[in-house]
Amino acid sequence: MEKFYYDNKIVKQFGVATLFWGIVGMLVGVLIAFQLAFPALNFGIPYTSFGRLRPVHTNAVIFAFVGNAVFAGAYFILQRVLKTRLFSDLLSKIHFWGWQFIIVFGAITLVMGYTSGKEYAELEWPLDILITLIWVVFGINMFGTILRRRERHLYVSIWFFIGTWVTVAMLHIVNSFQIPFSWIKSYSFYAGVQDALVQWWYGHNAVAFFLTTPFLGLMYYFVPKAADRPIYSYRWSIIHFWALIFIYIWAGPHHLLYTALPEWAQALGTVFSIMLILPSWGGMLNGLFTLRGAWDKVREDPILKMLVVSLTCYGMATIEGPMLSLKNVNAFSHYTDWTVAHVHIGALGFNGFMIFAMLYYLVPRMWNTTLYSRKLANAHFLISTVGILLYAIPMYWAGFAQSLMWKKFTESGQLQYQFLETVTHIVPMYAVRGVGGLLYWIGAFYAVYNLYKTMKQGRFLANEPDEAMPLSAQPLPTQKMHWHTAIERKPVQLLVLSLVVVAIGGLVELVPTFLIESNVPTISSVKPYTPLELLGRDIYVREGCYTCHSQMIRPFRDEEMRYGEYSKAGEFIYDHPFQWGSKRTGPDLHRIGGKYPDSWHFTHMRDPQEISPGSIMPAYPWLIKNDLYTANTPAKIRAMQKLGVPYPEGYDQICIQDLRLQADSIALALNAAQIKTSGDKEIIALIAYLQRLGTDVKK
Amino acid sequence: MSVIIVLLMASLSVAAFFLLAYWWSAHDGQFDDTYSPGHRILYDQDKNQESIKKS
Repeated sequence: MEKFYYDNKIVKQFGVATLFWGIVGMLVGVLIAFQLAFPALNFGIPYTSFGRLRPVHTNAVIFAFVGNAVFAGAYFILQRVLKTRLFSDLLSKIHFWGWQFIIVFGAITLVMGYTSGKEYAELEWPLDILITLIWVVFGINMFGTILRRRERHLYVSIWFFIGTWVTVAMLHIVNSFQIPFSWIKSYSFYAGVQDALVQWWYGHNAVAFFLTTPFLGLMYYFVPKAADRPIYSYRWSIIHFWALIFIYIWAGPHHLLYTALPEWAQALGTVFSIMLILPSWGGMLNGLFTLRGAWDKVREDPILKMLVVSLTCYGMATIEGPMLSLKNVNAFSHYTDWTVAHVHIGALGFNGFMIFAMLYYLVPRMWNTTLYSRKLANAHFLISTVGILLYAIPMYWAGFAQSLMWKKFTESGQLQYQFLETVTHIVPMYAVRGVGGLLYWIGAFYAVYNLYKTMKQGRFLANEPDEAMPLSAQPLPTQKMHWHTAIERKPVQLLVLSLVVVAIGGLVELVPTFLIESNVPTISSVKPYTPLELLGRDIYVREGCYTCHSQMIRPFRDEEMRYGEYSKAGEFIYDHPFQWGSKRTGPDLHRIGGKYPDSWHFTHMRDPQEISPGSIMPAYPWLIKNDLYTANTPAKIRAMQKLGVPYPEGYDQICIQDLRLQADSIALALNAAQIKTSGDKEIIALIAYLQRLGTDVKK
Repeated sequence: MSVIIVLLMASLSVAAFFLLAYWWSAHDGQFDDTYSPGHRILYDQDKNQESIKKS
């Protein structure tokens, strides 16, 4: 027998960080929820406007709240299940402080407007590199622990953590290819439809491998532990894991149905999404069936209550997801608040409750005490459950109502509703949703207080003793002879065979792409942005316009009638990054160019309510005051040239002259419309960009 | 659409990794016993938990 100590300190650190960032991230969420109902809450300054805070909310909740919780849970489980201390205390420490640094630095840069403009991957290139390094530290620490284990068998939770690490590493690297043009800003390596595909391949799999697989790892440990009975079927859990990881990675294109993405790629995404129902529901039922015969405990134990609701929400979200991937459903649901409701069922229900249940379980054990107040935890469960309902129901309602209104025609074949009418109709639901989020946030405070009191009344055990036999002293399991055992014993044959299997799969996927020369037809009239438009586009990205406006008109009668000709893949070939968006809180902007005069845009950006009474768009007065920063325009042009955008050679030397010329002509037009401004303001560049949008094909 | 090739390579390499991981785990006898692993994690009661149960 060997004696060793579990490292509880690192679990404590990540656990406390989880609570802290949870409170921060959810508070930002509550604020931006109310901003949609009361635009005055944008406060008229850049740092608190919706477009900048929305990425702060999503990144804080995903990478800070959920991320820290995953690390806390994984480090707790790895040690206990593998019967060893973590590989390296130093690596644990680097991992913890490195991750917190990324979060703080990330939040500051996002508020400052430094964003890559790709959802859930907004952090800029220096942070992308840091994330990669810290992720590698996490990997070394985890695999080192696995190698030092005293238990030969790897419990299914460990498999889920391994799957998470490998896949997230690859997703992050592939999606983060970018060309820097300053110490903090860069352009995406990919353009338009290609960028969109990479982004949603990443975005979908971030949900799969950052928000789902690690939580299933937690679920397979904490549900049996909390119920004090083994998982319903261990065999099932193995099938759940392998099926899930092999299927999930192909479902990404379902985020781009009816867009300029090739049809066959869209179909592939739909098919794999439907296949996902089986492993997902298998896993949910496996967790719920574990509680068979223990439902009397569920009635009293807040931890089990939260786990049950968490699993139920997992089931809801994983049947809803595939349904939303069907083209006919997606045609209706996409760009609406239905999607927002869907992700919050997952985030508040599945992730949130799993995290709180885990903390209610961990803290008393590590502090050698019992939970301070079970009553308070039950109250937390109740208020947060009501919060989820008050959040989700108005959002489903809003999604349905708005989409029906968008698609409604009058008897004479005209669109029945202006876009603005469909917004003002659902504003009350935005307010109720904010209340739901607020309740959930208050519930989180109950948890903070309860856990703080629990910590106070207990005594923290930083190094917890345990003992186990070393692996070398344990007998090898006897092998059964299967038909494939003979192959497995010869590593070279195994390697060749597995390569053949993979190659067949690869060829099936690759051949069509080679046969079709290019899936992106180039349109000869589509030209690169002028320097001024490019700077305007960067402002569009900086202010997070894509969080509320799409730039992708789908080939439907109502959309073509409302916004103009449907969007073609060839129109986006110079868009680094793509700005298709995923939500229409405001109208689509792909064909906004030329629709209104420059003066309309100027007044509208200064005060949207002046032009559209009832609009919920924030005002952007700083764009009118701020001088346009042009010093790095040549660097931007050079970065674009590197990415293959055909500016003439040496254009970076003369681009400023072109920029001035165009800016002055716009300023002149504005002056003619009785608006006092000069050509060196940020608003001029933004107007230039907006007026260019979607106009090339009309030439 | 050349990026699809990049994504396929990346996805397939991950799939290949998992395939090898699966092959290793099956070969290593990880799945020979589907009964005791589910029970085993319940028996690693540490000192803290025991003291809680007594209380």
